[in-house]
Amino acid sequence: MTAALPFPYPFELLFMQRALVAGLVVAIFAPMIGTFLVQKRMSLIGDGIGHIAFAGVGAGLLAGVWPVWTALLFATTGALGIEWLRARRKASGDLALALFFYSGIALGVVLVSRAQGLGTNILSYLFGQPLTASAQDVRVIVGLGILIVTVMLGLRRVLFAVVTDEDWSRVSGLPVGLANNLLAVITAFAVVAAMKIVGLLLVAAMMVLPVASAQLVARSFWGTMRWSIVVSVGSVILGLAASRIWNLAPGGTIVLITAGVFALTAVATRAKGPRSSVSEDLAV
Amino acid sequence: MQARGLTFSYGRAPVLEDVSLRVDPGEFVALVGPNGSGKSTLLRLLLGSLDPASGEARLFGGPPDQAADRWRLGYVPQRPVLASEVPSTVAEIVAAGRLSRRGWWRPLRQQDRDAVGHALESVGLQDLGRRPLNELSGGQQQRAFIARAFASEPELLVLDEPIAGVDAESQRRFRDALVHLVEHHRAGVLLVSHELSAVAADLDRVVVLKRTVVFDGPPAELIKEGVSLGVHREDLPLWLEALR
Repeated sequence: MTAALPFPYPFELLFMQRALVAGLVVAIFAPMIGTFLVQKRMSLIGDGIGHIAFAGVGAGLLAGVWPVWTALLFATTGALGIEWLRARRKASGDLALALFFYSGIALGVVLVSRAQGLGTNILSYLFGQPLTASAQDVRVIVGLGILIVTVMLGLRRVLFAVVTDEDWSRVSGLPVGLANNLLAVITAFAVVAAMKIVGLLLVAAMMVLPVASAQLVARSFWGTMRWSIVVSVGSVILGLAASRIWNLAPGGTIVLITAGVFALTAVATRAKGPRSSVSEDLAV
Repeated sequence: MQARGLTFSYGRAPVLEDVSLRVDPGEFVALVGPNGSGKSTLLRLLLGSLDPASGEARLFGGPPDQAADRWRLGYVPQRPVLASEVPSTVAEIVAAGRLSRRGWWRPLRQQDRDAVGHALESVGLQDLGRRPLNELSGGQQQRAFIARAFASEPELLVLDEPIAGVDAESQRRFRDALVHLVEHHRAGVLLVSHELSAVAADLDRVVVLKRTVVFDGPPAELIKEGVSLGVHREDLPLWLEALR
């Protein structure tokens, strides 16, 4: 993407179109993964992996390697570690997250403090900066996005069985360990791919909040996934437009819109009579 | 499905001692025992989730944890606690039962959709396939899990306390579905339950477990002990309690 396409305001400029393409890719894959994570009651794993990826960013800056690759390495290793602890009941799901969560952010702070002299804007990794996405950034996000969506489509049925009833799936001979580990790895890829758009501290919101809205109106698992993508895509378009028009931080604006959609949906469905409740870990 | 001389203990306390049991194709067997008699542990050994201290469990002729073609085994867990954050329809849950038969990486075809429809019909849920599971009664939900086990068209069905607290209509549907499976598909059925009144007349054998097998025979022989199974609902629980 080297020249701007004839899009209307506020997407008429090249940097806005790059942000839009990258944002839409994230808007599709993040809630796809999030639907399974919410069902598995691991809504915060994206946040935990984001903190581990921050340590990877620090390592990359210090080593002079493009931070996306080191973030990918750290995030994948951390995601598999969290899943290992959870599956072997060495620690409960939230305790496993906390162990990696705090270790990751602590290591990230130490590494970044050593690399401060390099003049990198660390805030763009923490809170996202889609409006400065380069052509290379967009290529990486689109590439990872295609990989993530392809794997999720291939795994969706077995993942559904595993996240809804893990014990039954094991007795039925389904590859429970493989499915859980692949979901962890794909989540790590998604966190790193979305890092530039909403930032490591907000990436979990793109996975979870659209699902929180969708499960209030949908009546099936796959319906929830479809609605959550609709909410997510709409939030990205509106968020980027709003950030351009009113000069707001785009990552935060996108996430605030998804939270707003949830609030409106919750009020609307309550007025009609709530169909299902939202668990504590989904509450905003 | 077969157990030969199974022994198992958690720590020093033996839970099972020298337990032998067999379920053949076309056989309808109930496994009963007082609380703490080792029924759940025996089931986990038979399904390959635990390894025995001594003895041997066999499933379709091989060790249960290495059994290929797991679709041949249908399993209905004890009151499964489904993660229910995201709504799932009855049909979505039942369709998961086809994965081990079709191959989890392959798309479901018309044949699979027909099997799901047939499974729903066999438990009387054909009109509720598109309803979210969490909108159904406890009995209807349990029937959905039984349909999920039926969907793979199993040769052996293992049910762990499937009708505890289930309404009379669901129990009748449940009984009809099991009898259909045994009589028309020659499937073996192992039913772990305290509540046998719905199926008392259809059982081939009752196995009574109290750390070891204390009775294994047709219901008629158990009736000689004064346990009527079907007529007086409380007979069996009271007798099992007296065994403690």
